[in-house]
Amino acid sequence: MSLIFTALIPGLAALLAWPLGRAMTWAMAPGEKAGPWRQGAERLFEKIAGPAGVPMQTWKGYTLSLIFFNAVMFIVGFMLLALQQLLPLNPDGKGPLAPSLIFNTVASFVTNTNLQHYSGEVSMSYLSQLLGLMWLQFVSAATGIAALSALARGLAGSTLLGNFYRDLMRAAFLVLLPLAAVEAVVLVLGGVPMTFQGAAVVKTLEGAVQTIARGPVAAFVAIKQLGTNGGGFFGPNSAHPFENPSFFTNLVECVSILLIPMASVWMFGRIAGRLRHAAVIFAVMGLLLIASLGLAVHFESAPAAALAGLPVQAAGNLEGKELRFGPVAAPVWGTLTTATSNGSTNSMLDSFNPLTGLIALIGMWLNVTFGGVGVGLINMFLFIIVGVFICGMMVGRTPEYLNRKVETREMKFALLALLAHPLLILSGTALFAATAWGAATVHNTGPHGFSEILYEFTSAAANNGSDLAGLGNNTVPWNVATGMVMLLARFVPIIFPLAIAGSLAAKKPAPETVGTLRTDTLLFGVVILGSVVLIGALLFLPAAVLGPIAEQLSVR
Amino acid sequence: MNSFTAKNGQNGWVQQTTASLRSVLATMAVCAGLYPLVIWGLGQILTPQSAGGSLVRNGQGQIVGSALIAQAFTRPEYFWPRSSAVDYNAAAAGGSNLSPTNPELRTRAVVLVKHYGATAGAPLPADLVTASGSGLDPHITLAAARYQAARVAAARGMPLAEVEALLAKHSFRPGGALTAKPLVNVLIVNMALDGWTP
Repeated sequence: MSLIFTALIPGLAALLAWPLGRAMTWAMAPGEKAGPWRQGAERLFEKIAGPAGVPMQTWKGYTLSLIFFNAVMFIVGFMLLALQQLLPLNPDGKGPLAPSLIFNTVASFVTNTNLQHYSGEVSMSYLSQLLGLMWLQFVSAATGIAALSALARGLAGSTLLGNFYRDLMRAAFLVLLPLAAVEAVVLVLGGVPMTFQGAAVVKTLEGAVQTIARGPVAAFVAIKQLGTNGGGFFGPNSAHPFENPSFFTNLVECVSILLIPMASVWMFGRIAGRLRHAAVIFAVMGLLLIASLGLAVHFESAPAAALAGLPVQAAGNLEGKELRFGPVAAPVWGTLTTATSNGSTNSMLDSFNPLTGLIALIGMWLNVTFGGVGVGLINMFLFIIVGVFICGMMVGRTPEYLNRKVETREMKFALLALLAHPLLILSGTALFAATAWGAATVHNTGPHGFSEILYEFTSAAANNGSDLAGLGNNTVPWNVATGMVMLLARFVPIIFPLAIAGSLAAKKPAPETVGTLRTDTLLFGVVILGSVVLIGALLFLPAAVLGPIAEQLSVR
Repeated sequence: MNSFTAKNGQNGWVQQTTASLRSVLATMAVCAGLYPLVIWGLGQILTPQSAGGSLVRNGQGQIVGSALIAQAFTRPEYFWPRSSAVDYNAAAAGGSNLSPTNPELRTRAVVLVKHYGATAGAPLPADLVTASGSGLDPHITLAAARYQAARVAAARGMPLAEVEALLAKHSFRPGGALTAKPLVNVLIVNMALDGWTP
């Protein structure tokens, strides 16, 4: 039964991703043959954006618009959060937030990370949750889909990558909004609250007073799951019964973690005109996902080591888990959420067995197992460029990708973007593990404490947002450091790939010959898998040994 | 920057700013305004009870809690919920975040084992020694409820068979055939106990 559940979720998501990939192509690249309704929407988007929404942009113009709009998102989000105590829709009278926490939270939601150094029901007004955070969940995910569409157009051979503002609105209004609306209705029907009333104060059966925080949860949870955002309405995220009240809502939320990341691969293939190539990428990602799922479910089936020898009935590790989701739902979710850069959770990851925690870390280190909405595939593109280059060198030919020569400039950009990830994670972890900034904030001692620091930087750099929540991370050093890491780790791997796409598109097409490395074959799949595993994982092996592996070895 | 110089001679930065601000307003109005209002409206029409937080009332019509949220039970005549790292605080939920190798996990488990009087011959169901992720898990397994049934029956002077029957009536499998272990909702079953008449 555990096996059925584990297979059901990626299976359902894969089934839905195919038609959704088609629909996303219709939304993002309507083409000449689009129907009158779709063309009307396009004219509306142009009208909203004004003159800057009309022209097709080069990679430079597109990237500048993207950064500019994201800067505006940051400013607007910052102002809303900083003024929440003065603004309406605050029935529980939430007070002001600390400046470093505002910086961290806004950086986190602008970058689609949703690392949360606060607890929603404790700190945020309903206005901050909806207009601040939920709005950013829409537009940050839309930014990712826009960037991927631009990359795909570049790889199809066009030096004009599209118009950013129109792409943004296409993704927000035609992709994210309809999906979120459908899911939110399903969640409301499944028992998730949706109210603007403040907390309910009740007298319990034993006569105690219990304050029950609630709010407009269903709308928030839907986009949080779909947009690989992951930031919960409540502190415990989808482990909270109000975010995720039943086995059924858990199933829906789980599938929606994977849905758009999977469909993005097909959309990329269609826009780039390389559907078979996309199928190879999909297969490699799928293989990595299935392997991680199997391992995580296996590792989590053992009870917590600390309980050994006590008179307790045999069961898996139940610490930090909710009963209504069934026995394997936590490791399944934990794997999906770190594979895709979603970062939501339905259990407490800090209490995962050490090796289950390692699977989560590996998911974020690679960050390409479908990955974030749009950006997961952009990360994979970097591994592809490097893989193609290495293969070309091995056979002594100028490497080519999609009929364009891959040369020094592209390689430099790809390596810079790829190496930013381990650099940010490992240097941040080293600094915080060696100083009181990190060492004084850990919740568990020994190797697991190191894992908490490593996990926090990994999650920030992968724009994931999950955390080992025992860590006392609402401090000025943590807020500033992870805020900076999130911003760098978001925009560096968007800017460089778009630069590569622009650079490739400007080259003369190289004719395909018998010596060309074809991108739609099993061999190419092996090349990508090899680059991901060798480059992506080995860099982190020493850190893995110090954290989760050392913890596992300490168990007797 | 020439990438932002518009062809018609207007300042590109002004156009970019206009486009950004107008995109902000449009996305905010629709995605953060209209969308949650529509979902709220549908919730009020279709499922007003759960949209408000699944609050439940006792026989006198007073609200006593939420069917989805665990509350503290310490008296012997009630079934006890799973351990909560936040002491059932539904305004600041959370888990223990203890790692599986943390000795504190064992210390807490030893206390619970003693509290329930578990022995090697009658080991405690695992959900009763572990804290839930939210600290508000409203359920325990049917096995964990049966484990407490004799205590509850004795404290209430109620026949054990009646308590067992009540548990059986309120137990359910959350995922149907996909979940093996039946659960009971602690608050609901305790309310049923209070409402029981011989």
